[in-house]
Amino acid sequence: MFKILHQTLRTGIVTADYPAGPARFAERFRGRPAFDLENWSDARPAAAACPTGAIEVCDNGTQRRVTVDYGRCVFCGECASAGNGVRMTREFELAAFSREQLAFSADYALNPDGTHARLLADSRAAADTGKLEAAGRAVRETVRRVLGRSLAIREVDSGSCNGCELEIIALNNPIHDIERFGIHFVASPRHADMLLVTGPVTRNMELALRKTYQATPEPRLVVAAGACGIRGGIVGVNYATRGGVDQVIPVDVYVPGCPPRPEALLHGILLALGRGGKQLRR
Amino acid sequence: MKPVLDALQEEFPGRIRPLDTAAAGQVCAALEAADAPAVIASARAGFGARLACVFAEDRRAADNAFHLYYVLERPADPLYLVLRASLPPGCESFPSLAAALPAVNWQEREIRDWFGLEPAGHPIPRRVALHDNWPGVHPLRKDFRLDEVLPPFEGEQHEYRPTLGEGVFQIPVGPVHAGIIEPGHFNFAVAGEPILYLQLRMFYKHKGTEKLFEHLPAGRAVFLAESISGDSSFSHGVAFCQAVERAAGLDVPPRAVFLRTILLELERVCNHVADIGAIATDVGFVVANAHAGRLREIALNLNQELTGNRLLRGMVSIGGVRRDWDSAQISALTGAVAVIEREFDGLTALILSSDSTRDRLEHTGILTPEKARALGVVGVGGRASGVDLDVRRDHPYAAYGRMEFRVPVYQEGDVQRRMQVRIDEVRESLGILRSALRQLPGGPHSAPFGRLPAGRCALSAVEGWRGEILHWVRTGEDNRLERCKIKDPSLNNWPALVEAVQGNIVPDFPVINKSFNLSYSGTDR
Repeated sequence: MFKILHQTLRTGIVTADYPAGPARFAERFRGRPAFDLENWSDARPAAAACPTGAIEVCDNGTQRRVTVDYGRCVFCGECASAGNGVRMTREFELAAFSREQLAFSADYALNPDGTHARLLADSRAAADTGKLEAAGRAVRETVRRVLGRSLAIREVDSGSCNGCELEIIALNNPIHDIERFGIHFVASPRHADMLLVTGPVTRNMELALRKTYQATPEPRLVVAAGACGIRGGIVGVNYATRGGVDQVIPVDVYVPGCPPRPEALLHGILLALGRGGKQLRR
Repeated sequence: MKPVLDALQEEFPGRIRPLDTAAAGQVCAALEAADAPAVIASARAGFGARLACVFAEDRRAADNAFHLYYVLERPADPLYLVLRASLPPGCESFPSLAAALPAVNWQEREIRDWFGLEPAGHPIPRRVALHDNWPGVHPLRKDFRLDEVLPPFEGEQHEYRPTLGEGVFQIPVGPVHAGIIEPGHFNFAVAGEPILYLQLRMFYKHKGTEKLFEHLPAGRAVFLAESISGDSSFSHGVAFCQAVERAAGLDVPPRAVFLRTILLELERVCNHVADIGAIATDVGFVVANAHAGRLREIALNLNQELTGNRLLRGMVSIGGVRRDWDSAQISALTGAVAVIEREFDGLTALILSSDSTRDRLEHTGILTPEKARALGVVGVGGRASGVDLDVRRDHPYAAYGRMEFRVPVYQEGDVQRRMQVRIDEVRESLGILRSALRQLPGGPHSAPFGRLPAGRCALSAVEGWRGEILHWVRTGEDNRLERCKIKDPSLNNWPALVEAVQGNIVPDFPVINKSFNLSYSGTDR
């Protein structure tokens, strides 16, 4: 007993102050890849290096459309290693209300050798976010009123590699300590306000996921965590998988990452509750 | 294994043909599938060989046949023996070994489900990998398409062994569990508190991984290997890269070999620490888990500093590692090892000095050495039950040939010993980390990987923190793989959990399960 007390006192308070203060973690953490669209001379090496097709190149005569989808990204850094125009940042607050919000495109005029001559247009500043926000605002207001002060989460693994679960478990450790927000994980969907779903949804888990969703009382929120939960990730769609949580049940918030770090999950959960601030800045 | 192969050739004249292989760490031979049971029985009885893995390959296009592969190893022999047993053209049945060797029970049924080959004489010829509501498809046959659209899911049709008797009840659990863990179905038959028997149903997470490997360029497939089991990202990544490197005859530079060794041990430390904490939680000692969680975060932060990712992803590559470390990273590692050691001593002292914790852990969930050997249990679960196996020592890879470490083995096979194995191994790992840092050579961190030569096969083994991970590849045209077999240690160890829980009370199930901490994703693939 005294040993336990001694060790506890010696340790002191270790809980991080994120999101009130900045998240503190190692300098070399790989977060969102940032694209210098104006000076990107060729997107093809980055697209070829991407293991999940998060960067796609579509040529049409002398023009090229480059699409970047953070929902597919596994944050491996291969695009940044492959060529200029891409660098890895430490940004991790990438959660968004729709899959579309996670992607953008850029149109280039091409040189004869296939490199970019100049940037014609890009969709980073598109107004789609405003429209979607307006549609979701009323629902989120209700949710915040009903669930905002305390939230019970049921975690559902619909076929992940277990990486996302490790980070979700880390939300409960003394560093990230999600209970300080009145948020806790519960054993049954019947006690839950939110489903936190990972994995590409395998054929064998589809029914279980549907049943879990039906067992969750309304109003309910669904957060899809990780590249697999958003668009199937590295696994994608095949004979055994559906390629994303929203192929099976409606999703409110998408949290990119492979896996998303605990702060990113926390950001996504708070965003769904209307308690978070910032959304993805591109 | 060369002398074993020679002796087997003498014993079965004209029936076994050695195959040339340039791949390191293995000898290969071909035989007819009909001869396999006798040859394997002789290798086991005469030479103490262990059948580590059995798998199949659809070679109807090239060789007009299905092949089965039997991977054997024996104590104090660094080489693996890979026997290729061919079925006659048109034959879709192979002799089953499961009656004599329960270790291959699931593996043979997997072959049945995925290739449509019947294991003749199998004692339980039921589906295991494809659930009962799947149509009669065999996904790993070459004529089955990866993106095949199957008819809609029709719900449960599985029949469990009935729970019979007065006062005997059934407790169905899962696939969605109460904790933050992976999905699987546990069906307990209980008489009051004690568990009479447990029926397991896995493969809820089957996501076509082995098939998908056949459709990705080898370089990209490394990322898929990292996603086989999230907690073993680096081990599976290394196992895969090693297999491809051996097939391609690619030499990994010494510095890369050491960096890999360091990261493999860091992965072991992170997971063992988490498990020790989780075992404490499952018997109500939550404070210990809080310290373990804190310690794990220290290690994860180090992971990020060294690789950019908390789970060590995006680091290993074919030919070496993707990034080298500068002096700041090396000193961060050195410093963290000292902190981890100090904190770990505090954590273990806390747990081991708690009598009420020990009381719950000792004599709980016993897996006897006899059962462990029969079921082919590997890794932590095996070593706590007298199975003295460790790939790092038995088949040295990476830089383990130049490391000195002890392999802890206990005979009692209870939860306490499975935790003790982890405690001992963390200490050994910290020693390996220090030794690797002292010996760390200079030079390049990666060898250039050009094109993959076609038609080469290679086996690779890695001692993940959970146990023996095997990857086997056959290279194809176009930098792709024709086949990639993945064997996670969990596949053998799940049936051992069934044995270990028998006669224990239901409230002890979580801690027994956690003491094995098996991967669902690695099993289901």
